[in-house]
Amino acid sequence: MSEKKVIIKLQDLFKSFDGRLVLQGVNLDVYQGEIFVIMGGSGCGKSTLLRHMTGAITPDSGKVFFDGKDLTTLSQDEKEKIKRRFGMSFQSSALLDYLTVEENVSLPLCEHTKLDPKIINIIVKMKLNLVGLQGFDQLMPSMLSGGMKKRVGLARAIAMDPEVVFYDEPTSGLDPVVCSVVDKLIVDLSKKLLLTSVVVTHNMESIFRIADRVAMLQGGKVLEIGTPEQIKNSANPVVQQFIKGQIDGPINYVG
Amino acid sequence: MLKVFEKIGATVKNWIIIAVEFLQLISQTLFWIFVGPSKDRPVKSKPVFEQMVFMGVKSIVIVFFVTLFTGVVLAMQSAYQLEKMGGVIYVSSLVSISICRELGPVLTALVLAGRIGAAITAEIGSMKVNEQIEALDTMAINPVRFLIVPKFLALLFMLPCLTVIGNLSGMLGGYLVGVYNLKINAPLYIQTTFKFLTLKDIYTGLSKSIIFAIIISMVGSYQGLKTKGGAVGVGRATTISVVTSFILIIVADCVMTAIYYFSNM
Repeated sequence: MSEKKVIIKLQDLFKSFDGRLVLQGVNLDVYQGEIFVIMGGSGCGKSTLLRHMTGAITPDSGKVFFDGKDLTTLSQDEKEKIKRRFGMSFQSSALLDYLTVEENVSLPLCEHTKLDPKIINIIVKMKLNLVGLQGFDQLMPSMLSGGMKKRVGLARAIAMDPEVVFYDEPTSGLDPVVCSVVDKLIVDLSKKLLLTSVVVTHNMESIFRIADRVAMLQGGKVLEIGTPEQIKNSANPVVQQFIKGQIDGPINYVG
Repeated sequence: MLKVFEKIGATVKNWIIIAVEFLQLISQTLFWIFVGPSKDRPVKSKPVFEQMVFMGVKSIVIVFFVTLFTGVVLAMQSAYQLEKMGGVIYVSSLVSISICRELGPVLTALVLAGRIGAAITAEIGSMKVNEQIEALDTMAINPVRFLIVPKFLALLFMLPCLTVIGNLSGMLGGYLVGVYNLKINAPLYIQTTFKFLTLKDIYTGLSKSIIFAIIISMVGSYQGLKTKGGAVGVGRATTISVVTSFILIIVADCVMTAIYYFSNM
């Protein structure tokens, strides 16, 4: 792994919301081409961490490097240029509900390129094909099931041929079979399109199905980082309690 | 005692923050309208026209009826007083001047604040709570340029147009009362209407409607972008948006009337 290029680098990230410290000095590297999973309990700052990587949130202190450039110091214009190099799939899919599936997927292409509408149409068909949703282009998002919405969101995320795709809880609220479908899709897309994927989830099964490396976040810090095997065999009782979902252990949940 | 001052201080600080953010939103909107095209990011015409249809064309009926009945009421109420002095003929000019200078622009704006301001806040607010605004931002699509500028431009064009319709239907209301109830001769009614109504009366009214359009679209968008906390949050933001627009419209009307009055316009 060490000879691989670092695409995203987080350095000493601190962030608090309304006086509550959410991130307390996070350091981690994401290598090009890998599927990197961030896991951790609810409210431990996983999604906040992901939003720092996408530039949606600016840290109180610390640095976020994307391909060597510090996102926290870039101007708005430069940040926009970088944002075009990644895609994001949201927990709630976040499709624009007044646009059809086709219009949703074509949105970034229409906004950022001067491509002919016919070519955009072909690209959209291709992307929908990749996520297994050909023939659904004229439907409205409200007519789709949760799993289909996630896949449309994924098609939109890869519409601009990004280098990095961020997934926020890609399998939450889906049935086990659809979960596997989405997991397979994430792996397929990463391998076929040579993407770097950063996935936030607490679904243990999918973590061990898809991850190249896993980081466990606890109390706003990276507790452990390694391959799925290393995490499985971790000596840390917190990690063990978390991956086995035990009630008794060092993690205290109120209620 | 100290607690009271702390509270006052916190409230004042909050208001200042809101005012600054509101002005920032206006400046961003103007930035995308005027500087956007030079940065290869022009405003697309299709969403502007769609909004113009939604805001303008579909508001015609409600604006027509609100101002028509206001004209009718105004004519009857003024006739009630003018009859005593034998000046019923002046109903025509009274109605036309008060509609054009004041009631036409203000009532049209209030109707639109209820109909369009609420819709803008509810739309942007529910997009905010469903991560759609963040999704736009992540796709490097500026939400102000993509969502707010078309609404701003559409209302800026349509509110003065609706005000003209409101002025006409208000005067029509006065005409109906004057001719069919007060039995004023129809050509005489029209003649006295235009004898006292000047162009200045119309354009001071229309200049107000431009300011009202800015208030409605910007307050609606600002409250939408500030929405948090699910469906309840959207409801609350919508209420605040409509109430704030109403108050600001009346205050702006008062200020502009005072300016026109003291500068003898």
